[in-house]
Amino acid sequence: MLHLRIIKRQDPLGWRSCLVIFGAVALALFFSAMLLALRGTPPQEGIIVLFKGAFGSRWAIEDCLIKAIPIFLCSLGVAIAFRLQIWNIGAEGQFCLGALGATWIALSFPDQPAWLLLPAMIAMATVAGGLWGLIPAVLRQKMQTNEIIVSLMMNYIAILILDYLVYGIWKDPTSFGFPMTPEFSEAAIVGKIGSTSVNWGLAHCVILALIVWIFFGYTKTGYELKASGDNVKAARYAGLPYNKQVFLVMVLSGALAGWAGFIEASATVNRLQPSIMVGYGYTAIVVAWLASLNPFYIGIASFLLAGLRVGVENLQLDLQVPAAFGGIMEGFILLTVLAGGFFISYRFSFAQKK
Amino acid sequence: MRIFKALLVVSLLLGFSGSLAAKETKVGFVYVSPIGDAGWSYAHDQGRLAVESMEGVTTSYVESVPEGPDAERVIQNMARKGFDVVFATSFGYMDPMLKVAGQFPDTVFMHCSGFKMSENMGNYFGRMYQARFLSGMVAGAMTESNIIGYAAAFPIPEVIRGINAFALGAQSVNADATVRVVWTKTWYDPATEKEAAKSLLDVGADVIAQHQDSPGPQEAAQEKGVYSIGYNSDMSAFAPKAHLTAPVWNWGPYYASVVKSVQDGTWKAEAAWPGMETGIVDLAPFADMVPAEIQKMVEAKKAEIIAGKTDVFVGPIKNQDGKVMIADGVAADDKTLLGMTWFVEGVIGTTE
Repeated sequence: MLHLRIIKRQDPLGWRSCLVIFGAVALALFFSAMLLALRGTPPQEGIIVLFKGAFGSRWAIEDCLIKAIPIFLCSLGVAIAFRLQIWNIGAEGQFCLGALGATWIALSFPDQPAWLLLPAMIAMATVAGGLWGLIPAVLRQKMQTNEIIVSLMMNYIAILILDYLVYGIWKDPTSFGFPMTPEFSEAAIVGKIGSTSVNWGLAHCVILALIVWIFFGYTKTGYELKASGDNVKAARYAGLPYNKQVFLVMVLSGALAGWAGFIEASATVNRLQPSIMVGYGYTAIVVAWLASLNPFYIGIASFLLAGLRVGVENLQLDLQVPAAFGGIMEGFILLTVLAGGFFISYRFSFAQKK
Repeated sequence: MRIFKALLVVSLLLGFSGSLAAKETKVGFVYVSPIGDAGWSYAHDQGRLAVESMEGVTTSYVESVPEGPDAERVIQNMARKGFDVVFATSFGYMDPMLKVAGQFPDTVFMHCSGFKMSENMGNYFGRMYQARFLSGMVAGAMTESNIIGYAAAFPIPEVIRGINAFALGAQSVNADATVRVVWTKTWYDPATEKEAAKSLLDVGADVIAQHQDSPGPQEAAQEKGVYSIGYNSDMSAFAPKAHLTAPVWNWGPYYASVVKSVQDGTWKAEAAWPGMETGIVDLAPFADMVPAEIQKMVEAKKAEIIAGKTDVFVGPIKNQDGKVMIADGVAADDKTLLGMTWFVEGVIGTTE
């Protein structure tokens, strides 16, 4: 009789793990195509329309890049905390605080030149986001609270603060009572790259990703963080300052999400309004896991996920597929890729039972 | 040479037939919630279907579009794909649409519920507060606890205006009626909106009204065995035992007229705010629970509004602190209505 056993792989799969991921995505696409067929949409055409809408033209790619920027920065942030096995679910709130910080500077000093205003906005956004991230870290280390719950709950507080400000003291007097701040001055807006519609936030992403990569790969602190992430007890035994490490990763995590909030407020919306919150902080968690916390892969995953969201709009417009299809497809991809992760570290073996 | 001539004839014919075939007018709609919401977007989509049935028109839509930067991309993509008219049906689409309108001068942009416009972008809305007033009369006549619950989306002028009109309507038939407001800060979130209605039931409300896109509050009212007033479309199917009536949208005729004017080349950017007289807002059929004399009274008021003999916001109207905001005998002008950020007397809640 054949007996199925699950065995941990002895040697890493290496480049072949790419095949697993491609297989997983292909499977998710197949499921999605089946779903399209079930509702009477030609599946092949559907998938083609989806890809065309996402990557089929210059502006489609530009749209994806614009959408990928905030997702990427939030995801880069949460991945830093996840490395240390600190579960920061609060990127949404940290993003919000970043947007608030940047807006505060932009509204307070509208007449300053861009070279002064933009760095000040970034500084305020990262400080605000970082401090918002620090709170759950301090509570965790000093009072043994659960950082998942605290960081998650703080998202709601952050959004309520945003509401309080835009419905109250920051409301544009010329907006007929609608909740939005006045538009930022020209100097407070991150410009577009050349003749494209992509803003300079893209360059910020590249630079920040490089810094994070160098930090983890080539600095002592980065190395210690990785060590603590792999084995907390061993790291403590080795005398690594675990408390400080937790504070550090949460501040960095929050600062990056805050930076994303700055770019959204400045470059894409040009003001602060409640609809700036569309859940990038949560998407970031999905992306970080899909990309197994690697900055380079996070870039790819952010771009592809942004592409999926942009492409689904095309699918709606051309074939009248409901919007919910995009969410279902995202779910399929996450499920198959994470399930596929199992095959990267384990394998099946069929042994004859004696 | 003969081949050349033949080709010439063929190409001429092709060109000729091409110019003869009437150009299809492509009309796009951007919705903030799914069209299956039975509310706001559903009502707009009914309007789209009316446009779809017109001669030489094709339509399409994108649903569940968030009101931030995503909206700009969706509207832009419609313009790039050669849509002739784009209707954006939520307030938050205003600035994104204005940006896109500047880039595509040959496309007609129509924005619902905002106030900005340009050469090729108009805005439109309906005087829903008139129907709100009538539905408030029904609620005021039916309540016994004199507490009417109102689950509301966001404290913006459109919603506040509706609540005020509703409260004035209720007070016009029942001087003791109060309207309790709970903000959900959502347009479409069935669970949250149902919870909001439940919290109103807990403080003694026996009629539930709503400014939300989901029928969640209707269900909450039916489960508690009290009455409800729907919104957007006739929601009686979701709560047949509770649903008394609903102020409803009827966008079809208006959308058709806009598309027609674009086809004729007579379209011009304007700020349109038609009222009940055009049928763009109306009251859903009364349920059997509403006594005949109340139905008659409301119908009579409706006829007066349609005839222009009366209006909703005519002074004296006081705010919550008892301060007169609209003076005796004065009818509020549109500017006052569009920027309304205060509640009338008898409304319990804050506008923040």
